[in-house]
Amino acid sequence: MIGGFWWGIVVGIGAGIAIAVAALIGVWAERKVSARIQMRYGPQEAGPFGLLQTLADTIKLVLKEDITPAQADVRVFRMAPYLVFVPVAAALAVVPFAFGWAPFNIASSALFFLAVPALSVIGILLAGWSSRNTYASIGGVRGAAQMISYELPRTLSVLSLCLLAGTISTVGIRDAFRLWWLPLNALGFVVYFIASIAELNRGPFDLPEAESELVAGYFADYSGIRWAIFMMAEYGGILAASLFGAALFLGGGFGLPGILGAVVFVALVATIATAMIWVKWTFPRMRPDQLMGLAWKVLTPMALVQLVLVGMVIPWR
Amino acid sequence: MTLEVESREPRIDEAGHRLDELVVNVGPSHPSTHGVGRFVVHLDGDVIVKVDPVIGYLHRGIEKMAENRTYNQIVPLTDRLDYVGSMYANWAYCRAVERLAGIRVPERAEYIRVIVCELQRIASHMMGIGSAAADTGAFSMFIYTFDVRERIIELFEAVCGARLTYNYVRPGGVAKDVPDGWLDDVLAYTAWLPAQLAELDKLFFGNVITRGRLKGVGVLTPEDAVAWGASGPVARGSGVNWDLRKHDPYSVYPRMEFDVVVGENGDAYDRNRVRLVECYESAKIIEQAVAQMPGGFARADGLPRLIAPPPGEAYDHIESARGSLGVYLVSDGTERPYRMKVRSPAFCNLALLPKLAVGHTLPDLVVVLGSLDPVFGEVDR
Amino acid sequence: MSDAARLTERLAQLAPDHTVRFSEEFGDAVVEVGPAQLVSTALELRELGFDRLGMVTAVDRGSDLVLVYRLQSRPLSAAVFLKTRVAREVAQVDSVCDVWPAANWQEREVFDMFGIGFSGHPDLRRILLPEDWDGFPLRKDYEDERIIRRPDYI
Repeated sequence: MIGGFWWGIVVGIGAGIAIAVAALIGVWAERKVSARIQMRYGPQEAGPFGLLQTLADTIKLVLKEDITPAQADVRVFRMAPYLVFVPVAAALAVVPFAFGWAPFNIASSALFFLAVPALSVIGILLAGWSSRNTYASIGGVRGAAQMISYELPRTLSVLSLCLLAGTISTVGIRDAFRLWWLPLNALGFVVYFIASIAELNRGPFDLPEAESELVAGYFADYSGIRWAIFMMAEYGGILAASLFGAALFLGGGFGLPGILGAVVFVALVATIATAMIWVKWTFPRMRPDQLMGLAWKVLTPMALVQLVLVGMVIPWR
Repeated sequence: MTLEVESREPRIDEAGHRLDELVVNVGPSHPSTHGVGRFVVHLDGDVIVKVDPVIGYLHRGIEKMAENRTYNQIVPLTDRLDYVGSMYANWAYCRAVERLAGIRVPERAEYIRVIVCELQRIASHMMGIGSAAADTGAFSMFIYTFDVRERIIELFEAVCGARLTYNYVRPGGVAKDVPDGWLDDVLAYTAWLPAQLAELDKLFFGNVITRGRLKGVGVLTPEDAVAWGASGPVARGSGVNWDLRKHDPYSVYPRMEFDVVVGENGDAYDRNRVRLVECYESAKIIEQAVAQMPGGFARADGLPRLIAPPPGEAYDHIESARGSLGVYLVSDGTERPYRMKVRSPAFCNLALLPKLAVGHTLPDLVVVLGSLDPVFGEVDR
Repeated sequence: MSDAARLTERLAQLAPDHTVRFSEEFGDAVVEVGPAQLVSTALELRELGFDRLGMVTAVDRGSDLVLVYRLQSRPLSAAVFLKTRVAREVAQVDSVCDVWPAANWQEREVFDMFGIGFSGHPDLRRILLPEDWDGFPLRKDYEDERIIRRPDYI
């Protein structure tokens, strides 16, 4: 019914590879884009345009000593990075890469996409908690609170799309795309974009992890490859958020068919990802209370307004 | 070396409830880029109840060293006080020596001193604003301000060969006259500067997140500013109209036209913004100085190689980027001072931190510290 | 200069039993008092308009330690030096923290470097040196084998 056991294995491995590649390219893109914003060049030496820089860094990280704090809860400590990584990888399985096709074309894939990455909250909490470090657990709790708060605007914005399309399957939403949906969903797209950045603990919303300016963040006690897995989860999350943003809100290439549509789709994904990097390097960080205020007092009402707008249009759809 | 931690017994408030505090240690090496300072913060939940700065990590005993060196040998020591502003640190010391020894500085040297001091002020403010921005997370702003600063450093390298510790302003004048064409480079720089400052203003101070982080944080009332001895942008940000260049003028500043930049609310936003707007005024002063500069010598004629002032004491101060920087010298007739004391504005401004940070949260501590702009070379000496 | 001279006269009238003189080197008035009158003179000066305490420091003069305070006044556009001498064995004086809170850290530094106690100071402990440091470095009789004495030139 959903493709069988072996197809599941193939998709799982594919998602893992996709995230690794996303991390490779994502880190490179981040370093290059941020460098250009800051009037400098970024990686240039390793490979053409510095493309192999991330690979070099990963090899270095793998060779590092694997330190586990003596007082940490060892099994949970070792498991937490994977708890953060796997849900994000799973979300990639329901991306509608082409018209009428997704690796796992299940009937409730939008729900799957919204709910499953939320499981990484548990991973963050456990990472902070198992380090047995006061400041790490504060960072973990803050990160979890932030991610939970921003679930709501994100879900509401996607919900308005589901209303319009009449289905909660991502494939169905992409297939039902019409060009006049673009201005209608603009508000929802903005909400989705901001909420996604907050979900990923990135950009102006990274106080739980840049708590490292003052004290340790939730993954401070992680070194070497374990830290690399957190980073891969973050960049995989950027990829997933950009893919869904482009596929659902922008109709995956504006509804254009064939090769042209695919190229436009890829360009849109790249644009959204670059915009996320751009935002991170331009704005200062928000304080936790301001962050929560933004989620509950600004983004959620905006998403609700979007829902009302869509609701008014339904009879003419 | 063990440090005794103060009592960890729980505090009891008036109603007899126990107040459980979390003691967080910030520093001495932390990425806030202000130097080495340690802050023991007592938190009640999220709110700061008490901050105890522990300083002295950069204490090198410059005042004691000065008692063992000749007056000319002390100039490089003063470089390393406020290492972000070596030019004016040299100048404060040299003014005190000149007062003590009765040395007359030629007019051309005074103008050169004013030009390098104002350039140094711009460089220092760029560093201050940049690191305040980096503390809040706007890292690109830090890079942009350093670009502005880098061009000044290149100008200084042309004039004295060094990038950070210049040893340029010497008792009696300056070490050497400026190279040919340097003044034109300076004018080109001051023509280029205002557009950059406007961009930086829009980028950082116009940003809604910056306003949210900086406004209303660390509010200092004007009465407190005066009573606690704050000076410089820290005092001016609270609305205290006090600038030594205008209110206790020295050197050739009486011939310059410029405004004193004063803030309104006394919060971190105003203090940082005062620093930015002051750079416009500095550019104006530099242009006037270059226009008015006479010919002549760059160092007093007939200065003895070993300065041995008659016994006595003298105090002189200047308006540095951090506030009023003063040097008090006592001479016993020999070639070394009997006592040198540096009145450091960063030290006096930092004393305000325990007062300003209370009631805010931990991220605000970093913001307040950035707005006070301490340089620990000067704080610790 | 005449402003300062007039100020000197005014100060002399205010406190006839103190030594008030105009110092050419400083270009300002110097008020010398005994340690017992320090706080009261400070209060009088603050009432006169000297609301800013710029500097608190000390000089080791052998038998005595001389405390030097520099006060500044914006409304009067003037500065005044306040000096007091304490005997080396006594090394104790009243704190002026209640008059100007700016004295807090400055007095801690003088305590740290000279060993002069300030009674009434809210929090007197070492500020620049570690808590367990022995001795007071800026005193002239401070012994430390790590200090290198440079050769004399004159």
